[in-house]
Amino acid sequence: MSAAELLSLTASQALSRIEAGELSSDEYFDAYAETEDGLNAYLWRADAGEEGANPAGPGREAEEPAGSVSLRGLPVAIKDIFCTEGIETTAGSAILAGYRPPYTATAVERLADAGARVLGKTNMDEFAMGSSNENSAFGDVLNPIDHQRVPGGSSGGSAAAVSGGLAPWAIGTDTGGSIRQPAALCGIVGLKPTYGAISRYGMIAFASSLDQCGPLTRDVTDAALLLNVLQGRDPRDSTSVGIADGVELPSREDLGGLRFGVARDFSHETEGVERGVAASFKATLDAIERLGGELVDVQLPSAEHGLSAYYVIAPAEASSNLARFDGVRYGMRNGEEDGLLAMYERTRAAGFGPEVKRRIMLGTYALSSGYYDAYYGQAQKVRTRIAQDFAAAFASCDFIVTPTSPTVAFERGARTDNPLAMYLSDYFTVPMSLAGIPAISIPAGNAEPDGGGPELPVGFQIAGPAFSETRLLDAAFALEQEILPVGSSASRPGPTGLMEGSG
Amino acid sequence: MIDREQVLHVARLARLELSDSDVERMAAELSGILEHVDRIASLDLSGLEPTTHVVALENVMRPDEPQPSLPRERALAAAPDPDEGAFRVPSPGGQ
Repeated sequence: MSAAELLSLTASQALSRIEAGELSSDEYFDAYAETEDGLNAYLWRADAGEEGANPAGPGREAEEPAGSVSLRGLPVAIKDIFCTEGIETTAGSAILAGYRPPYTATAVERLADAGARVLGKTNMDEFAMGSSNENSAFGDVLNPIDHQRVPGGSSGGSAAAVSGGLAPWAIGTDTGGSIRQPAALCGIVGLKPTYGAISRYGMIAFASSLDQCGPLTRDVTDAALLLNVLQGRDPRDSTSVGIADGVELPSREDLGGLRFGVARDFSHETEGVERGVAASFKATLDAIERLGGELVDVQLPSAEHGLSAYYVIAPAEASSNLARFDGVRYGMRNGEEDGLLAMYERTRAAGFGPEVKRRIMLGTYALSSGYYDAYYGQAQKVRTRIAQDFAAAFASCDFIVTPTSPTVAFERGARTDNPLAMYLSDYFTVPMSLAGIPAISIPAGNAEPDGGGPELPVGFQIAGPAFSETRLLDAAFALEQEILPVGSSASRPGPTGLMEGSG
Repeated sequence: MIDREQVLHVARLARLELSDSDVERMAAELSGILEHVDRIASLDLSGLEPTTHVVALENVMRPDEPQPSLPRERALAAAPDPDEGAFRVPSPGGQ
């Protein structure tokens, strides 16, 4: 098999070949380790033939692990927000440059225990704050389809690596859309599981009540396979509960008997949705009907307030979580000659980038005396109302569908001077995060940006009730087969044809 | 709107040194974001409980059994200035 063919397999396809003895897991791992990262997708990568790539698990040609699932030495890319013992972990921030954690995140341990090997640590927006991967202290990540455009964020390195043939699959984190939006912009699958499905232990905290780990993959089957390994209760994260019945691999071929809710005021008709994105969304609704699914009108009257609530709650939690970066226990230290207070203030001034400072300021303001009730208290009530909206809507439908992102991948630099415009990237993804429910973005063809130019990937978001992952993945699988028939290479990610994008 | 004095007050609370140009830019940017956020200020949400957490969990307990903790030297390994088994910091009084 040629290297290009090897690198275009899904992880499940590669696993089948390894199981059948047609492919060696070392050969497969090394094929990825030897690719050239022209996207700045990685901050650290294992060398080909490296024994120690796995901080917690077995070495080369691992023995059969004890668990039910064996990933047989498959390489996996890890967002640099997950602590990996002995491997530099920065969360995209200069304040953590050179930091080697003393322990490994549970999500990474679970992958290692299942026999996967860490291929590399992926670039990201600093502390997962951003929607374009332009906030990394270690440089922008490029969209593999067009190097002049952003890959989305904050899991932009993971999305670009999977889309651009640099990793078969990856894990990321999603606080308000940070898995789903980059997956959409890079033309791959991204799943944010139910809050609590996967342990957050060892995942550097941004907004603790929202952060959730999830897979970024080339197809829905891979997302299910990865989620099945990742999910589970962890005594080291008391908010983790796992998915009670586990996750089954999807197999559904039609959508008969399933109702898909469309909120007219929170859909392709919403102001700011690009024409091409709206057309793709409508075409995907048609595909649902062709598969026997029923479209029903639902109301999500408070969803439009999701962003406002999110931009109080997430910065408030971030301002508290990021207080730990103070030059004492790890990371950078500056200005100690002028005493403790100056050391704190100068370390944080030098170590944090502009977006992180903005959110710390916003969150500190929202939590400060005299403003707490007006901002934080009110935002938490909006959160309650949004959760109630979803609960009411799920009384009359099985899933709710929206575009994942209002636009296709935008040009680098287009929104860096306008924080609000950047925040609007997450308009459709934030409400599910606030409600804690699972949502998946699947590729739904390509569309021209409103400004004209070559077509770019569009994502289609499907959300379900809490812990409905198996049903959600099953529906997404059926739809994926209809949108992207097997053998169609039109939008299949992988290295072929993608690397000669207009960059 | 957020003025210069408020920005400096919040920056002190957040232990963040800002340059003069940072202060100006931050005042403008925060004002713009808060204007958007203020859309929820006028919503009538009386009678709603605030959501602090989406998973209905209370008092997750574990057996109170001694377990090894992170060895001291590993906990200190990434510190900028470890000293005699502790994290050393500059004097709170300055100098």
